[in-house]
Amino acid sequence: MLLITCPYCCTARPESEFRYSGEAHIARPLEPATVSDDDWAAFLYMRTNPKGLHAERWRHIHGCGRFFNALRNTVTDQILKTYPAGTPRPGLGAPAEGGR
Amino acid sequence: MADQIARRRSVLDGWALPSRAGLASLTNAGTAARFVYRGAPELVGDAFGVSLPTVPLRAHAQSGRAALWLGPDEWLLLSAEADGSTLAVALSSALNGKPAALVDISHRQVGLIVSGSSVEALLNAGCSLDLDMTTFPVGMCTRTLLAKAEIVLWRTAGDTFRIEVARSFAPYIVALLDEAMHGIA
Repeated sequence: MLLITCPYCCTARPESEFRYSGEAHIARPLEPATVSDDDWAAFLYMRTNPKGLHAERWRHIHGCGRFFNALRNTVTDQILKTYPAGTPRPGLGAPAEGGR
Repeated sequence: MADQIARRRSVLDGWALPSRAGLASLTNAGTAARFVYRGAPELVGDAFGVSLPTVPLRAHAQSGRAALWLGPDEWLLLSAEADGSTLAVALSSALNGKPAALVDISHRQVGLIVSGSSVEALLNAGCSLDLDMTTFPVGMCTRTLLAKAEIVLWRTAGDTFRIEVARSFAPYIVALLDEAMHGIA
């Protein structure tokens, strides 16, 4: 079982308290009516799907209930950092693992 | 026509709550007034009589009332059932016009008290948190999972926890802890 540190509860909690919610840092266009069909389709469906470091949304659904973001290595399944939703993707202080 | 009398029943009426002498026992916490409050903590502290904790996973309890941190802007407020209606009025008027949410959940969930020298081992039958006193001290509370049920777990004393669980899950939790009591020593 993964232990995931919730940035709001500030403690490591078992994976079963969390839900995965897809890739992070995908902003909905502010004026959807002005977006072309191709760009809208890209916003809805196109994801980076990297092998390696991936920024993704998680929700502490059986804890504080809040969404936050996590940097996870999709190869090793190791969660390297978690940070509150709405904050920019942090660096790790070291070259990113894996390749895009 | 005979008088119609509505009789109040707890979902745990008729259940023999399990215990093992000296090791662990389960008791019904009885009725309570419960509110979930979402908003700024300072808005209701005076009206509630207990300040709302802003440190994550902490509960403040004082003279029969308790405020439990559930999330960064979410608290569970517990009080005696008899205070419920006056408390609802007092809290609502404190929040008048402010951006906040106050929901009465008094009958949504039931409270269970688990206590005894093996209480951590008993709860760990279904809860994967580290319940040692150093990592889960007295006054700590959290929403978490006990097997398949979501609960609020609050350590009120060294060997005593309070569980708040949805009414429909209460028989499941009692049966689960009954089973688990066979496995503790």
